[in-house]
Amino acid sequence: MNTGIITASYIGASALFILALGGLSHQESARRGNFYGMLGMGLALVVTIFGLVTNNQFFLIVGMLAGGGIGWYLAKTVEMTQMPELVAILHSLVGLAAVFVGYANALDHGSSISGVEKTIHDVETYLGILIGAVTFSGSVTAYLKLSAKIGGKPLQLPGRHLFNLGLLVLSVLFAIFFVQGSAAGGGLVWLVLMTLLALVFGVHMVMAIGGADMPVVVSMLNSYSGWAAAAMGFMLGNDLLIVVGALVGSSGAILSYIMCKAMNRKFVNVILGGFGTGPSKGGAPAGPAGEAGDVQPIEAEEAANLLADAREVMILPGYGMAVAQAQHTVFEITKKLREKGVNVRFGIHPVAGRMPGHMNVLLAEARVPYDIVYEMDEINGDFPKVDVSIVIGANDIVNPAAQEVPDSPIAGMPVLEPWKGKTTIVLKRGMSTGYAGVDNPLFYKENTRMLFGDAKDSVDALLKFLNE
Amino acid sequence: MRIGVPKEIDDGEKRVALTPDVAIQLKKLGFTLAIETGAGDAASFDDDQYREAGVEIVEDPKALWHSCDIVMKVRPPSPHPELGFYGVELLGKGQTLISFLYPAQNPEMLQELSDRGVTALSMDSVPRISRAQKMDALSSMANIAGYRAVVEAAQHFGRFFTGQITAAGKIPPAKVLVIGAGVAGLAAIGAAKSMGAIVRAFDTRPEVKEQVESMDAEFLLLDFKDEDGSGQGGYAKTMSPEFIKAEMDLFAAQAAEVDIIITTALIPGKPAPELITERMVASMKPGSVIVDLAAEAGGNCKLTVANEVVVKHGVTLIGYTNLPSRLAAQASQLYATNLRHLLTDLCPEKNGEIVVNMEDEVIRGATVVKEGEITWPPPAPRLSVAPKSDMGDKARAAVEKAAPKPAHPLAFLAPLALAGLVLFGLGSVAPPAFIGHLTVFVLSCFIGYMVVWGVSHSLHTPLMSVTNAISSIIVIGALIQISSDSALVVVLSTLAVFITSINIVGGFAVTQRMLRMFRK
Repeated sequence: MNTGIITASYIGASALFILALGGLSHQESARRGNFYGMLGMGLALVVTIFGLVTNNQFFLIVGMLAGGGIGWYLAKTVEMTQMPELVAILHSLVGLAAVFVGYANALDHGSSISGVEKTIHDVETYLGILIGAVTFSGSVTAYLKLSAKIGGKPLQLPGRHLFNLGLLVLSVLFAIFFVQGSAAGGGLVWLVLMTLLALVFGVHMVMAIGGADMPVVVSMLNSYSGWAAAAMGFMLGNDLLIVVGALVGSSGAILSYIMCKAMNRKFVNVILGGFGTGPSKGGAPAGPAGEAGDVQPIEAEEAANLLADAREVMILPGYGMAVAQAQHTVFEITKKLREKGVNVRFGIHPVAGRMPGHMNVLLAEARVPYDIVYEMDEINGDFPKVDVSIVIGANDIVNPAAQEVPDSPIAGMPVLEPWKGKTTIVLKRGMSTGYAGVDNPLFYKENTRMLFGDAKDSVDALLKFLNE
Repeated sequence: MRIGVPKEIDDGEKRVALTPDVAIQLKKLGFTLAIETGAGDAASFDDDQYREAGVEIVEDPKALWHSCDIVMKVRPPSPHPELGFYGVELLGKGQTLISFLYPAQNPEMLQELSDRGVTALSMDSVPRISRAQKMDALSSMANIAGYRAVVEAAQHFGRFFTGQITAAGKIPPAKVLVIGAGVAGLAAIGAAKSMGAIVRAFDTRPEVKEQVESMDAEFLLLDFKDEDGSGQGGYAKTMSPEFIKAEMDLFAAQAAEVDIIITTALIPGKPAPELITERMVASMKPGSVIVDLAAEAGGNCKLTVANEVVVKHGVTLIGYTNLPSRLAAQASQLYATNLRHLLTDLCPEKNGEIVVNMEDEVIRGATVVKEGEITWPPPAPRLSVAPKSDMGDKARAAVEKAAPKPAHPLAFLAPLALAGLVLFGLGSVAPPAFIGHLTVFVLSCFIGYMVVWGVSHSLHTPLMSVTNAISSIIVIGALIQISSDSALVVVLSTLAVFITSINIVGGFAVTQRMLRMFRK
């Protein structure tokens, strides 16, 4: 196959990938978008395999089949609540692949070029492996955190900023040594040392970030995996990789930005880690209405009656709903209420859950129609008309302290405003604080009722009483 | 501890301070219970029901007063018509009395309780804060009074409440005016509304407008400059003379039009304000009804006679002061539940022993005598809502402080200039191929930026999984190198192919699975 056809196919694949992302702008076109993505990937693979692979097809096919099989199995069996974990582990694979490809490239043809070109190529290789390794170890750590195999608390080593700085300086030094060594025909040892550094850096970076910032971390790693692919593209002189890498990289970067904005946090602060543990934050004032103990509990039966008598109901889910696997019962309740003519809607905060859009996927899984699921900005103005808001397993995203307490650690974060409605029912296990470690004045508001207990048990009880 | 409940002895009082349901709950707190025989008869709870609930039935009321650790009543103690005793004289040190006591009206009784070393909690002194709502007997009784007021009005009103068009002619709906939209007023609005009447309501506190309108009643607005009638603790306060004049004009206009007036205006510690004059009564249609819930405090209408129904100028004036007692079973159940909530707070250990914790704002407010010491009146309650303006100012100040200084108008040029310099530097040394790739890279970044901003928030998770799948395009890099002669390179490339394949298939498949779930 001649180079022209290959390049043309790559252009086609690039266009298909852009269409794939564009398709996701609406639910109606999303599936077509995904199809474009598959088509683009298929085109790129077929052209490359038939055009450029000349040997070792056996390994290739075995690798692809085995990998594809595992991927298929994972995709079919994963619980929707575990999507963040799956996405994190898949990111780590991209990182790892980048490391392998980078090494393979460094080992394979180091001598065909020279001069500035050689230097640039070496820097590209070096950067590609660096980003790949950080993505890999960071994603694995994120996966462990998300799946609760290790604690979600941010790890805060003394002098961690110095530590990071040291790693950075070392990796720049190693880069210089590697380029010099490579020019002399070696230098591989520096590449290996740098890889180790990058792995340590990735672990340390994610360890230092608290649970509430997980959506940012996941999107950031998404971005990194893109930049790794782009660096590989530069290294290999392959425009398709560059295009795709840039697309994915900017996509992840935008998601990170949206998540940071939704938490009113600066990206740099998130990366430097440690949310909700600082000394100024632990003893945050609970707000003007914070007379501890002034919460008003409610029983499921009474809550069900409130719901049945309401005209407008807003459901505000958070990660707690995912943990308790309560989304299906929540939809049963929704159906029941809608049959009675109650207008039930869902309000989703951008950082509800552990990754961007997590709640939407969970609700979609429970067959909640997407046209009653609204974004925060769409429904925040409607709360004064809402009779009953139900907060399920959410805390910080409905915390009025963000608006009322100027020195609160979450001050200025955009939040859902259920307290502006008639009644808010909060489903909660106990009186613990959210990730941010900030007390929530919502629980003490006069029109708030607390329904204590496991979210699943509570919604089951609600459904039971609604059916009576 | 043993709780004793004597029979209410006041004339026409049918309520009782304990119901069988509440008795069961109180036993769970560790109390033992005793009740005077026949105490619940008037409220349709007979001795057998109490016995089933594990309450001891006592014949002699004196023994009850004398022997129980806690005595619970509805009305303040009064002389027994047959046995001639008063109750308080039988109490002694270590005993606790819980009842409506009206300490302001009964200073002698307070003194006697104090002399005897008794602890007394008055249900009408429970502070009106949100946490104490569950034991606010004034509210629960007012709710019943409001409902019953409408029932009494209907009883004496010669026509329907609801409008109908029948074969025998058209029936206009009754028009009801409720003055004072407190608990009783709102209950009256609800009851009258559900019977089909046209309901209007008036209150000096503008913040209740929303509550009135939420019950589909019409809130009568006074054409008057702002004057807020909200006093402390949710009660109304006395208004200025000009305001009262405007108010009276409104009532006069309404009186000629409506069929039923229910007045609930009370100002704590003062005689009820006169709102309905004799002239207004005379201007009402014959057959109209006035229910004066303030009759006990002198009445909102001078013509009202407390505890009686009188007809003046063809208008029926109802002055019952025992409206809650006229729904005895309901009132007893709510009152006993209020008592249970109070006892729950008094007995935090659930061991049947009460602790009068004067640090607790609610218990402090309710306690009028503590072990012989008069503790009434309590210190002013803390306001549960902080003054809003304060907070607003502080927040605003903080926002202003946090607002960044406006940037220099040409500041945006700095990064551009920097980027230009970097590109220039690169262009001067880098080979043309690299610049070509850089072009592609930069343009792709912009395309990605534009496209991804358009992605719906609800599809962010699918976006991540699909970008994850397509970032596995790295597989191309592995494919290019898999044909190498070096075994190590082949191994590395094969591994890379293997793991990116997981990603490609897994990413696309899971995206597809998710997207299939989104439906209208």
